[in-house]
Amino acid sequence: MIKVINIDKSFDDKKVLDNVSVSFEPGRTNLIIGRSGSGKTVLLKSIVGLHDVDCGEIWYEDVQFNKLNFEERKEIRKQMGMLFQGSALFDSLTVEQNVRFPLDMFTEKSLDEKNDRVNFCLNRVNIINANQLFPSELSGGMKKRVAIARAISLNPKYLFCDEPNSGLDPLTAILIDELIKELTEEYNMTTVVNTHDMNSVMEIGEKIVFINEGIICWEGNKDEILKSDCEILNDFVFANALAKQLRKS
Amino acid sequence: MIKFLSQLGRYFLLLKKVFSRPEKTSVYYKQTMHELVSLGLNSIGIVMVISFFMGAVITLQTAYNTENPIYPTYLIGLGTRDSILLEFSSTIVALILAGKVGSNIASEIGTMRVTEQIDALEIMGVNSASYLILPKMIATLVFNPFLTIISINVGIIGGWLAGTTAGVITSEDYIYGIQYAFIPYYIVYSLIKTVFFAFIITSVSAFHGYYVDGGSLEVGRASTKAVVHSSVLILLFNVILTQLLLS
Repeated sequence: MIKVINIDKSFDDKKVLDNVSVSFEPGRTNLIIGRSGSGKTVLLKSIVGLHDVDCGEIWYEDVQFNKLNFEERKEIRKQMGMLFQGSALFDSLTVEQNVRFPLDMFTEKSLDEKNDRVNFCLNRVNIINANQLFPSELSGGMKKRVAIARAISLNPKYLFCDEPNSGLDPLTAILIDELIKELTEEYNMTTVVNTHDMNSVMEIGEKIVFINEGIICWEGNKDEILKSDCEILNDFVFANALAKQLRKS
Repeated sequence: MIKFLSQLGRYFLLLKKVFSRPEKTSVYYKQTMHELVSLGLNSIGIVMVISFFMGAVITLQTAYNTENPIYPTYLIGLGTRDSILLEFSSTIVALILAGKVGSNIASEIGTMRVTEQIDALEIMGVNSASYLILPKMIATLVFNPFLTIISINVGIIGGWLAGTTAGVITSEDYIYGIQYAFIPYYIVYSLIKTVFFAFIITSVSAFHGYYVDGGSLEVGRASTKAVVHSSVLILLFNVILTQLLLS
């Protein structure tokens, strides 16, 4: 369980997060949705500690994460996996080395054991015969899947995904969404996904948090989102022509 | 002034992070070996080429500017040796390496910053500053003295070849000149300067790369700043170290 309590975050004079409180449960795919610039990524990066919040509390189970220093955070960070918007694979390493990196850094396993785990993770995300390729040789969808394989290599308790579908075609996007959902259930992870893709919302949104101008405006699930009275949320959900037509019918 | 002090503070805070205890020594060792090849071995070619031609030019310039019969010709060899030993192989080579290695480090780390690769390391619980910068620092501190020694030798050979080929000095006079009044401490002086310059190149370039904020344009700017600031600091420390070591 991750709990965020009354956090604020500003950059210079601009307040990006304003008194945000939210909780994310294990074994569920939690979605943070909102328009571009609404504060989704800042919220996600604050939760994982890449941004220090101005005030408020961030709890991982019974540990207040934002009070810990870099060394103390390491233990919790070893239980985190993160999929970045641009995949963030290490350019100088092959696919195999990328996925093996956390194992090299934090385990005492033998090379064979580590390679077995790498192959297992790559198979799990359907990456076959690409172990020796470099990130520059992969397609956008493959990069995302390799990044997911790297994120799950240490069996994380928490999985964070920042815009996992950006730049992908609709079919590949659905595959990535399904993969995230399956892995969340399989490993009983607390998964937090940042997205503005309504397809993702309808595919995997077990808990949805809508953020607008740094304020959480609505919380619910994928069934409730279509019946909401929140005007700003409806403007976002029914923004495109197809959604508007569906709403009328 | 406040901005300068703030940057200086960030620089020293970064160094503190760089010199903190590594997560796993074996991974750092492997990375250091990789950097030795990337930043050290791959610089041998450019150092040799530049040193050879600079040695040649120093010999020819000395010869054409000391045509007075009062001066014995072996002084050309002595002049070449001391120019290479005292300034060229340490300072000028460091300036060249600031361009090659410094821009390489700043752009590599800067690109990792803007593509969130550094964030990915932090999320895993890896001390990104130490993992990315410490192996580069060790590699340059260890390897640059060898580059200086190579540069000294190649420069002197270049001077000999140019001098004898152009007929401005005989082989015997040149060899006598490079042995004449030789002070071994000059080699120590040159190597001490090299170690300081290696630290400046790596730390300043890494600093500019690590704190890049923005996109590819900012990475380019950081790379330029890394070269300019490293070069200025090398020249400044050259004066300070010369005063301290030779006075």
